Amino acid sequence: MDLTFNERETAFREELRGWLADNPPPGAPSEGGEDAHYAWRRDWQRHLYDAGWAAPAWPTEYGGRGATLTESAIYFEEIGRARVPLPANVLGLLLGGPTLMVWGTPEQQERFLAPILSAEEIWCQGFSEPEAGSDLAALKTRAVKDGDQWVVTGQKVWTSGAQYSKWCMLVARTDDQAAKHKGMTYFLMDMEQDAVQVRPLRQITGESEFNELFIEEARIPDENVIGGVGNGWKVALTTLMNERAGLGFALQIRLRQLLDDLFAAAAERGLLEDALYADALAELHLRCESIRLLAWKGLTDVERYGQPGPEGSLVKWLWSDTNQRLTQLAADIVGPAALSAETSWSYELLRARGNTIEGGTTEVLKNIIAERVLGLPRLKTVG
Amino acid sequence: MDFGLTEDQRQIQRTARELLAERAKPERVREHAERGSSDEQLWRELCELGWPGIAVAEAHGGQGLGRVELSILCEELGRTVAPVPFLPTVLAATLIEHAGSQAQCERWLPGLASGETIGALGVARDGVAELVIGASEAQVLVLIESDAARVLTPAQVELTAVAAIDPTRSAARVSAAPGEGDVLSGPVAAGVDRALIATASELVGVCDRALEMTVAYVKERKQFGVAVGAFQAVSHRCAQMLLDTEQARSTTAFAAWTADADPERLPEAAAMANAAASAAGVEVTASAIQAHGGIGFTWEADVHWLYKRAQLDAALLGGAKRQRARLAAILAQRVGAPAAA
Repeated sequence: MDLTFNERETAFREELRGWLADNPPPGAPSEGGEDAHYAWRRDWQRHLYDAGWAAPAWPTEYGGRGATLTESAIYFEEIGRARVPLPANVLGLLLGGPTLMVWGTPEQQERFLAPILSAEEIWCQGFSEPEAGSDLAALKTRAVKDGDQWVVTGQKVWTSGAQYSKWCMLVARTDDQAAKHKGMTYFLMDMEQDAVQVRPLRQITGESEFNELFIEEARIPDENVIGGVGNGWKVALTTLMNERAGLGFALQIRLRQLLDDLFAAAAERGLLEDALYADALAELHLRCESIRLLAWKGLTDVERYGQPGPEGSLVKWLWSDTNQRLTQLAADIVGPAALSAETSWSYELLRARGNTIEGGTTEVLKNIIAERVLGLPRLKTVG
Repeated sequence: MDFGLTEDQRQIQRTARELLAERAKPERVREHAERGSSDEQLWRELCELGWPGIAVAEAHGGQGLGRVELSILCEELGRTVAPVPFLPTVLAATLIEHAGSQAQCERWLPGLASGETIGALGVARDGVAELVIGASEAQVLVLIESDAARVLTPAQVELTAVAAIDPTRSAARVSAAPGEGDVLSGPVAAGVDRALIATASELVGVCDRALEMTVAYVKERKQFGVAVGAFQAVSHRCAQMLLDTEQARSTTAFAAWTADADPERLPEAAAMANAAASAAGVEVTASAIQAHGGIGFTWEADVHWLYKRAQLDAALLGGAKRQRARLAAILAQRVGAPAAA
């Protein structure tokens, strides 16, 4: 057991920290709404790209730095610590690129990887559907072969960044007769066609991070099939496995910063002297540290055994629950002022409700832990 | 950054697990618990292997290994609720080694390290520690009171046997007159923090075993024609048990590591580990009884030994709430504010 970083890792952290200090992004735009905010994140990614910091975990032949898992975790810790935004093309960088590296043909890798890195082409993820949320394999969007093209019709939901995207990682049913998990194919769909309509979903915070996609006979050329026809479930799992691989470290640091802010708010109000508040804050600190330790422990497992241990699901569950408790305690400590749009606490409180739903609901995570980690029998479901 | 154990540490863990699977089987633990006796044969065997002295410096007759190695043994002994005075002995040794003078170390550590001397550690108020595990058998007792600690021999205290809810180890009420005994002259906190970690490690083992038994049971037990582990009300409880156990395990591993490698963070890490493990110990073993249903409430099912051990261990040095209060005080100091008393 050695919970220190080696020289190479420390050097990596210092280099990045130094670069971030010398190259802070301009402040977030106060006008122009979400479009301006998005453009700001896109510019930020280009800046990262120019300095070789857009995706250090990518292998060098694809334009990354070939960073180790630990260095990649350090990258997200530092991005979080510097309070800079995530790159605009986060889904392409974290999910799409790594999926193509596993399943894409050399031609596909050649065509698609570089523009992901430079933020020239933004990617979004078309998995969930109104009738296929936690039960992804129930998806109904259909793709029918027409010559050397596929014709796609259906509906997708929770597609973040769809309005800015060039490419959509789309999973559609290509064989009705096959079993539920078979008969699906993974496509890259061009978003710039009239057959694809994007409608923003307004969420409880008032903003629109997510969209609905209405797809009416959209066209996809055969060369944009990823991983072969009928192999979509496997390819989609690769995408999903990458979903929280590094991001967890940025979220963990963000939680730490919120907790530091909350300690400061409590100290300002003399509430650290109150045993009830002190107890709640100590518990949050303990959870925050557990998340950090479990995240690092998960990395050790991947490095040692080649596969993640149970920590991935545990970390996401504990993080989302802790963020909700933290923001609720903030409402208590700061008082009614925390509920005014003037403070970021009100936003954090509302946004936290999504944490236990997005990227796998807590209920589904518990099922995964029970079945795959503890080996409990699977609940029999219909169909 | 590497959370894993070294090859040597894994060897210690394997050896301990294999040995205890053989020598501390549930039926043997039950036999001793029902008789209220310590398993002297097992204790002798552990002493021959040098277990009580694993973390004691070689100069004092120990093996000179670290707190991580001690944690491994505590965890394995916790898994089996072995009826031996291991934890009380290493807790006494820990306090003497880290808070005692050279003379105190020389006098007591060789015996504690070899296991020839059995030790006990209690937390006292006005000279009285109401429940000290291992005290009836101990030849040396350490009593902590506020920020001070003293070493006492049985002749210097008044002992009254107590029938604790956990009969796998003896317990007694210990009372010492003011001025009696030998005050530990060093930093008591350095000893207490390490004692908190050893106790947390035993609790991690207790949790691990409780979860293992529960998972095995709910896979077997059928109601409404299916294994009850398929019901989410049951399986989600098991998932929660794993989350609690892993929180306790990771914070305890971190604390054991800081004790040797990063002592500056030790007070914070020890408070976190003990708070997490105490809370988990109580919760996880309670869940184990619940998930076993009616059978879990019977004397015959072995889960109650784990519940009882967890209760004692969690209460031993102050419990989860007190550790969180300590943690809050440490954190408040960091933001420069006065803390809750």
